[in-house]
Formats: sequence, structure tokens, C-alpha cells
Amino acid sequence: MEITKETAPPPPAVPAAAAHGRRGVTRPGDRIFSGLSRGSGILLLVLMAAIAVFLTVRAANAISQDHGNFLTTFEWDANTTPPVFGIAVLLYGTLVSSVIAMAIAVPIAVGIALFMTHYAPRRLGGPLAYVIDLLAAVPSIVYGLWGALFLVPHLQGLTSWLDQYLGWTVIFDQSNPGTAPRNLFTAGILLAIMILPIITNVSREVIRQVPAAHEEAALALGATRWETIRMSVLPFARSGIISASMLGLGRALGETMAVVTVLSSSDKLTAHILDPGGGTFAANIASHFGEATSLGRDALIASGLVLFVITLLVNGAARVIIARRKEYSGANA
Amino acid sequence: MAKRIDVSGLSAYYGSHKAIDDISMTVEPRSVTAFIGPSGCGKSTFLRTLNRMHEVTPGGRVEGKVLLDDEDLYGSGVDPVAVRRTVGMVFQRPNPFPTMSIFDNVAAGLRLNGTHKKSQLNDIVEQSLKGANLWNEVKDRLNKPGSGLSGGQQQRLCIARAIAVEPDVLLMDEPCSALDPISTLAIEDLIGELKERFTIVIVTHNMQQAARVSDRTAFFNLAAVGQPGKLIEIDETERIFSNPSVQATEDYISGRFG
Ligand SMILES: Nc1ncnc2c1ncn2[C@@H]1O[C@H](COP(=O)(O)OP(=O)(O)OP(=O)(O)O)[C@@H](O)[C@H]1O
Ligand SMILES: [Mg+2]
Repeated sequence: MEITKETAPPPPAVPAAAAHGRRGVTRPGDRIFSGLSRGSGILLLVLMAAIAVFLTVRAANAISQDHGNFLTTFEWDANTTPPVFGIAVLLYGTLVSSVIAMAIAVPIAVGIALFMTHYAPRRLGGPLAYVIDLLAAVPSIVYGLWGALFLVPHLQGLTSWLDQYLGWTVIFDQSNPGTAPRNLFTAGILLAIMILPIITNVSREVIRQVPAAHEEAALALGATRWETIRMSVLPFARSGIISASMLGLGRALGETMAVVTVLSSSDKLTAHILDPGGGTFAANIASHFGEATSLGRDALIASGLVLFVITLLVNGAARVIIARRKEYSGANA
Repeated sequence: MAKRIDVSGLSAYYGSHKAIDDISMTVEPRSVTAFIGPSGCGKSTFLRTLNRMHEVTPGGRVEGKVLLDDEDLYGSGVDPVAVRRTVGMVFQRPNPFPTMSIFDNVAAGLRLNGTHKKSQLNDIVEQSLKGANLWNEVKDRLNKPGSGLSGGQQQRLCIARAIAVEPDVLLMDEPCSALDPISTLAIEDLIGELKERFTIVIVTHNMQQAARVSDRTAFFNLAAVGQPGKLIEIDETERIFSNPSVQATEDYISGRFG
């Protein structure tokens, strides 16, 4: 110890002086602000850790008392004795309705974005953007009511048609033809309408960012408008469109009220997406939370955690897709 | 096949702003014509009217005639997309397709024209890259993205892309202004070779470059900011640089401009 102390070189004079100088000009305002921002940062972390611990503990408590298998059980009877509940139906319903929503919404949203940026005359673009913003501002419970009162009865025809002509695919086969379409397919369509604005708006901004030079490169080679879009615009905007879709998917996965109102929930898991029944994580939590016992609530928390993990995985996958094409992204062009 | 360009009474507008006024000139096949003139006099605008790229700009509008041999590019019923397939263009900033490999960049125009046979594509891509003096530098990494090349290489890649479709005319808008002197020389040499096959029009701010590469030189000028640019004179390059017939040209070339 003593030796180290003796051989340690004396601190260089200049930096010390500089440090003094810097300390000399620190203003109280700076100190207060830096303290405040550091404090709120720490507070946020503590808060998040507390939430995570709370949720995990409650979820673990519920799962340990489950008399069914949490992953494979179809029923959600968490208030009975013994409690039997599982997420199989919820997981399936959440994924299927979101996939349907994405399959419908992404192509339409990209199409609208391209129309607004490349095809529409300018005086049409403005009103169109306004209408889409308006769609985004509609509360989801209003969508849910509209879905239940308008969409469900009006989809009856389409459902019968799909059953009749595409029934051989199994997916579009209705076990009891003519039942009201309070099914995952309808929920998917409603979700598609709800996530359309966000995907459209973000895609449109991304497409606007495509440098004119890239489009002119294609045009000067004799590309038509559509070829230009395919050669220059879409490749450049690709990762941005993926991010936009993920934002939409995140909303579709977690959407609650709209699904509660159009889906006649049941613990049925079937490949026939036109058969009524099924459920999603968010809708299940909303409809069971009111009458749930303490264990029932913990069970719902556990299902919410699963939804959270799925959302994380989806975002991670999107990041991987985007990163894999980074070399070609045009960021270095 | 290299073709003659015959421009008469051409004016171009951006909305209500007239950028160039009543330009007439002839460009001979298999020759290099240089456009010089102060910034904003409409050189780029004029160049872009020669392959109907001007009308891509919102509000862009053209009056007058551009004959390619005997075909009026602005005739009714002429498809601008078809025009751009026969009149190639190289831009000021190299703009390879960033998401495409080097090979696909060169093949892009061929594929647009309907050539999809692999062996044929391979041949033409190699020929074009050789034609652009880039083959030796990239032959081992044809599948790497074009955006990974240096600026000078990217510009030669863009030239390869433009000549791969065998255009009648090649338009170049300041193709060397973003490049170092060595890359610039490489491209100037290339222009000398390409003029055996193509009609070439090049915009440049570099007098020495105009003198080195071009057979004829056109001087553009504008009376005042906001006024449309006009063609002052076009003549053999030697004459423009030694004994121009208009005083303004001599002032510009000798740096006594403005
Ligand atoms: N996209 C545009 N919209 C409106 N006006 C434009 C546009 N591009 C060019 N102009 C105008 O047209 C005139 C000619 O511009 P142009 O780019 O053809 O000049 P230039 O001779 O190529 O100049 P430089 O040597 O700087 O490239 C200028 O007055 C310019 O402001
Ligand atoms: Mg210019």
C-alpha cells in the first residue's frame, strides 16, 4: 500500500486546473437540471423493476396453483376449485386474428401510401391524409360497437360465400353454415381497419424519404412508374415499412375492446376461422377481470405477461429482418 | 446506334418560371458536345429535356421540338418511358441502386427491356463493365452491393448501367463534379472511348474538361437572376476556347465573368 502510494505519479497539473475551471463555471441551474434528469431516469428504472417483479411474482403464484397445464389447456376457469386455466386458445386466437389483420392491412396501407405519394394529384393527397388521421383518432370502443352492430351482420354474405367456394381449404369452412360471423376472421378484419392508419402514415413518411436521385436512376433507365416503385422506392423503404407494420401488429396483438365486442368468446380452438368462438389475451383479460378472484387476477396477469413476451419477440424479429438487409439499406449511398 | 439530335425552339418551365428560352441546336452522332455556362443558366434543365426527364419534376413543362434523327421526342403518342430507354443519362451524384448488387445494377435496364436469359445478361454485364473500365476492379465481387464502391467506381458503375442498354444518346450532367482528379481522368478517357459508339452530351463546370473531351461546346448564359437561360453560341470546341464569336463567351471562359 505504502509503496504504491509513493510511486504513484503526482496528478498532472493542467487537467486539475482545467477541472477546477470547469467546476468554477457550473451554474446552479445546470446542477438542478442534471440532478432532476438523473433522478427521473433512476425513478423510471426502479418503477419498471418494481412492476416487473410484481407481475412475475403474481404470475408465478397463479401458474403454480394451476391444475391444468398453463400452456396447453383450452379452458380459462381460474375462479373454480380446483382452478384450471391455460393460454392455448388465447395464444392461437391472438396470433390468428393479428395475422389476418396484417395480411389485410399491410398491402392496403402500402398501396394507399404509394397512391398518396406517387399517383394522387396533390389536391387529393391532403384530404386523403386528413381522413386517415381521422380514422386513427376514432376510439377503439367505437370501432368495437361499429364492428358488432354493422360489420358482423354485413359480413354474413362474405362468410357464406367463402364457406361455399373456398370451404375446401378447411380454413374457410364453416361447421354450421349460416351462423353469425362472430369469429376470428371478423375480428381480424376489424383489427385491420384499426391498424390501417398507423401503417399507412408511417409508410407514407418513409416513402417520402426515398431520395429523388434513386427514383430518377430508375426513370432514366426507362422504368415505368410501377417499375420505379419496385426498383427504387420499395427496396429503400422496406425496413421502414416493416417497422410500420410492427407498430400496427403491436396494436393488433394488444387490442381489447374491439375484439370483446365482435367475438363470441369460447374456449374453442379450431382451424375453421369462420366458426364463431375463440379468444385473445387482451379480450380475455377485459372480460374476466371484473368477476375474478384473487387467484383469477394472478392468472390474468400471467396471460398478460405472455402477451408482453410475444410483443417483444415480434419486435425482435423485426429488428433482425431490418438488420440483415442493412448492407443494402442505402444508408451509405 | 448513335443518333443526331436536332433541337428547335425549345423552352422549358418550372410551373410559371421559364428556365430556358428558345434553344435551337444540332448535336452530331458519335461526337461529344459540352454544355458550359454559369450556375442557374439552365444547362441541367436543357439536358433533362433531351430524355423527357424534365417533366418528372412537378410543374415541369416543355415547348418546342427535339428530333432524334427524324422522330420528335415530344410528338403526340410518343411514350416518355420509351424515350428514356433510348436516351441514357448519368447524374451528377453517382446513384447506383443501393439495394442491388453490382451485377443487378448493370442488368437493371436490360431486365426492364425484357432480357432475362442468364447467359445473355452475363455477357452484356461483362461487356458494359469493361466498356466503363470497371470490370477489373469489380469482377470478383459482382454480387456485392453497388453502394460499397468508391465514388469514382460508383459513377463508372452508373455509366455501365446506362450503356448496357445500348442507348442512342448518352447524357451526362457534371459526371465528375463529385470525384477526385484520378477518377475524373478515368471518366474523361472513358468518354473518349464511348463517343465511338454513342452521341454524348456532357454538362461541365470545368473548362479544361470541356476542352479535353468535347468536339463542340455550347455556351449558355442568363441575362439576370430569375431570367430564363439562353444558348449564346455553339461551335467547335477549339474555336470556342480560342476565338469565340461572342464577347460574353470569351469573358466567361477567361474568367472575367460577373
Ligand atoms: N426543381 C426545380 N423547381 C423549380 N425551379 C428549378 C428547379 N430546378 C431548377 N430550377 C430553376 O431553373 C433554373 C435553371 O436551373 P438548372 O439546374 O438547369 O441550372 P444549371 O445551369 O444546371 O445550374 P448548375 O450549373 O448550378 O447545375 C434556375 O433558375 C433554377 O432555379
Ligand atoms: Mg446543373
